[in-house]
Amino acid sequence: MNLDTLPKQALARIVAIDWAAIPETEGHRLRSLGFDTGVTVEALHKGILFWRDPIAVRVGRMTVALRRKVAIAIACEPLP
Amino acid sequence: MSEAVPLVALVGNPNAGKSALFNALTGARQKIANYPGVTVERKSGRACFADGRPVELIDLPGAYSLEPDSLDEAVTRDVVLGRFEGQRRPDALIVVVDAGNLDNHLRFALELIGQGLPTVVALNMVDLASRDGLELDADRLSAELGVPVISTVAVRKRGLDLLMEQLGQQIASPGSAGPAPVGRGDITRRAHQIARTAIVSETQGRQWTRRLDSVLLHPIGGLLVLLALLFVMFQGVYAWSEAPIGWIETGFALLTDAINATMPDGIFRSFLTDGVIAGVGSVVVFLPQILILFLFILLLEASGYMTRAAFVMDRMMAAVGLSGHSFIPLLSSFACAIPGIMATRTIMDQKERLATILIAPLMTCSARLPVYTLIIGAFIPATSVGPGIGLQGLVLFGLYVAGIVGAMLAASVIQRFVTHSRQSSFLIEMPRYQMPRLRDIAIGLWQRAWLFLRRAGTIIFAATIILWALLSFPKVPEGAVESQVEYSVAGRIADGIEVIVSPIGFNHDIALALVPAMAAREVAVSALATAYAIDAEDEDQQAMSLGMQLSGKWSLATALAFLAWFVFAPQCISTIAVTRRETNGWKWPAFMVIYLFALAYVAAGITYWGATAAGLG
Repeated sequence: MNLDTLPKQALARIVAIDWAAIPETEGHRLRSLGFDTGVTVEALHKGILFWRDPIAVRVGRMTVALRRKVAIAIACEPLP
Repeated sequence: MSEAVPLVALVGNPNAGKSALFNALTGARQKIANYPGVTVERKSGRACFADGRPVELIDLPGAYSLEPDSLDEAVTRDVVLGRFEGQRRPDALIVVVDAGNLDNHLRFALELIGQGLPTVVALNMVDLASRDGLELDADRLSAELGVPVISTVAVRKRGLDLLMEQLGQQIASPGSAGPAPVGRGDITRRAHQIARTAIVSETQGRQWTRRLDSVLLHPIGGLLVLLALLFVMFQGVYAWSEAPIGWIETGFALLTDAINATMPDGIFRSFLTDGVIAGVGSVVVFLPQILILFLFILLLEASGYMTRAAFVMDRMMAAVGLSGHSFIPLLSSFACAIPGIMATRTIMDQKERLATILIAPLMTCSARLPVYTLIIGAFIPATSVGPGIGLQGLVLFGLYVAGIVGAMLAASVIQRFVTHSRQSSFLIEMPRYQMPRLRDIAIGLWQRAWLFLRRAGTIIFAATIILWALLSFPKVPEGAVESQVEYSVAGRIADGIEVIVSPIGFNHDIALALVPAMAAREVAVSALATAYAIDAEDEDQQAMSLGMQLSGKWSLATALAFLAWFVFAPQCISTIAVTRRETNGWKWPAFMVIYLFALAYVAAGITYWGATAAGLG
């Protein structure tokens, strides 16, 4: 499962990030914001009006907004 | 250490409460300037150590690491490393971390401590952290980091004395160097590990931010709230500014009367009343509107809502090749394009940043308001077109919309054919909501007011005086048929411009006003006022309002074309100058000026020809 399909309010652990699929500056900022393998994330909000983009994700105690095209590159496994 | 006052830099992540801490330590005595060569704001101020010795503090731009993604972050890195030319290296650092976001902010803190400068960590916003159910042990954190850690609540001034005391000790006798620098991959793990050690207890807390976000980021509700906020904001700009504008106008009128009563008629009196007061006064009157707009923007930023607005707008901005990042500078541009263009520094994608700079002057800035208000008041009847909707208000709204639509079309063309951007990006931290502090807002507003008045006192003052002189000399000979304005140097320059602009319906007066309006759009109004004041044949005509004089001399088609011109025309020296600085050269400001003048000419032409064809000529 990838971060873009994670249902709202569900917790998941990041298992892999396809850094090659993410532009360099965004990848760097993503790391700075604490995205890494093993980190727990939660999908909080998805999109505006009829778009499913952007999405808001909780990482640690912080909320981060990102676009789906980046979320697709983040693989995660749901936590119970 | 040298004899000079020690320099201490405040540095930390964005949203760590750094500026609030800086305000609390230095008070309102701050100096704002730019770092040499860039428009990144350099905020500095004085504070005292426990023993009364002075210390100079600088507030560095928020950053995530010493490997910059944006212009702002590059300044922070260069200053910390002592690489910034024209800025001495700080003698010590105050590293500000948000207590509620330790595992994230500790990463940058570790990087900074690794630089080996005397360092004190301010564990800031501990009150908000405990509201969110997080209890921390500052001593344990200090033991892990190897530098003093002080719990602070900047907005309540808690912990500040202790912070300054520890800072003084660190500078006097730098303790053992911090832990050995760790590799980038390890730094995240190390930060998480230290954060876990420092956390005493962790519960869910009340989660205000989560609850508010469920409304403010709701797919439909979020958009409605944003639209309602924008409506209130623009409504407030007009409704609340009426009274203070009246006071300022009365003040200038009293000043003119006093000068007329005490000074003999002559060239110097004309210089003061027709030149200085008519010119500068007509600009200072909209200080209230600018301040109200900035009040809203500062409140939206301080409360943490601004990034939510960016979230809500992101998908719509993506349609024209921009992103939610561009929304914040563009919103500021409704007050003034200069702070708007400066706010683009935080946009990571350089192509998007350039496109945002190039379209920022299309947002209807407050400098256009005097022009719009004057022409609408003079030519558009105050009739009602529906319940609660006046025709004048509708025309004004139309001008705002024309600017926004023009900007969006320009953005999509620029991103496609000029910057060749393939895709925009959006990635942003959304801070917790906070109650904005009156003091921080007041300091921000004061700084804006000062910058604006300084501009009015320099650029606009100079432009007004030059125009007055060009209009007043040479003196028209007795008994000549020409008026003073037509006979003057300015009148002859305007003759040349009139040839170019007469096809789009502009007359000699407008050609005359457009020249000094290059300094700033609002000068068009003061230029018309000065020209008609100098040209007035008697006291009665001088007392007649500018609007009434215009409606007698211009056709409706000309007036509408004049409005259309100002939707697009890049008539603001300061905007062009700030664009040059932000883009490091003349290429992009030149491109901006040419494309906007071309749009202005076409828009005014279409308006004039259309209106004439419709029988409004």
